[in-house]
Amino acid sequence: MEGDIAQLGQFIGAGIAGLGAGLAALGVGNVAGNFLAGALRNPSAAAGQTATLFIGIAFAEALGIFSFLVALLLMFAV
Amino acid sequence: MAEDTGGGLEFKPMDQFLVKPLFGGDTIHWYTPTNATLWMFLAIVVITLLFVVGTRGRAVVPTRVQSVAELMYGFIYKMVEDVAGKDALKFFPYILTLFLFIFFANFLALIPTSFSPTSHIAVTAVMALGVFLTVITVGFVKNGASFLSLFWVSSAPLALRPVLALIEIISFFVRPVSHAVRLAGAITAGHAVMKVFAGFAVAVLIAPFAIGAMVAIYALEVLVAAIQAYVFTILTCVYLKDALHPHH
Repeated sequence: MEGDIAQLGQFIGAGIAGLGAGLAALGVGNVAGNFLAGALRNPSAAAGQTATLFIGIAFAEALGIFSFLVALLLMFAV
Repeated sequence: MAEDTGGGLEFKPMDQFLVKPLFGGDTIHWYTPTNATLWMFLAIVVITLLFVVGTRGRAVVPTRVQSVAELMYGFIYKMVEDVAGKDALKFFPYILTLFLFIFFANFLALIPTSFSPTSHIAVTAVMALGVFLTVITVGFVKNGASFLSLFWVSSAPLALRPVLALIEIISFFVRPVSHAVRLAGAITAGHAVMKVFAGFAVAVLIAPFAIGAMVAIYALEVLVAAIQAYVFTILTCVYLKDALHPHH
């Protein structure tokens, strides 16, 4: 296990960036959960809103993927 | 990072994304056929088979292949109409092309030992930039300078509007970045996770768990491949709606 302090920093940074992906999971779950809660109250209106659901999930997920990208850059590109 | 850890488990989850020349050699010029070229070409072949050869009969009662093609066509047609409005239908061929290419590139990438072109930001960024430039061009051609009212939220209080304008402008220019990175990131992440679990399968003790996890992740990836194609397309529709109807 040899290495230098910069590599240590890379690995720690990548690990911290991984937290962002988990936090984005909270966001995605929030969107989907609220959609389900609304859909169960008014099932007839739910079908027309699935596109909105996916747009919301996509926006929430993108930020998690950004942090995943930061982790990848730290591990493989820096 | 990639150096050998001296026996035991060896993880190289990112090696599957390397672009290599197809016919040997190691220099890549702009004209060199690579594995990326091959799998993008195969995606186009599959689309051609499905949509040109599969619907050749033009039967009133469609065959199985033709009904698959009709289903996809109808699905995207309805989505463009619902999300972006009727006047966006003249962009329908463009949007259907984007959807089919991403969809089949994603699905062909799920074949073991294949290559996933959509995991490369170079590929997705070209598509995202195409959408971005189309939106700007269409917006200015169709609305003239009033396209800029997209950034001026007239429903907000006057004092807030400059701040909102700044935020809107930043979010407008981040769009192509997130559009491209979302697709590439989701595909890269999924394939890397599969490779990590494949690395675990070497160790006898956890092999059953690793193989089970791989099956589960693979099933998830089938879902992700379709959803990411859908998301890319629907965001294209949302952005096009902004270009056609910029007023809030």
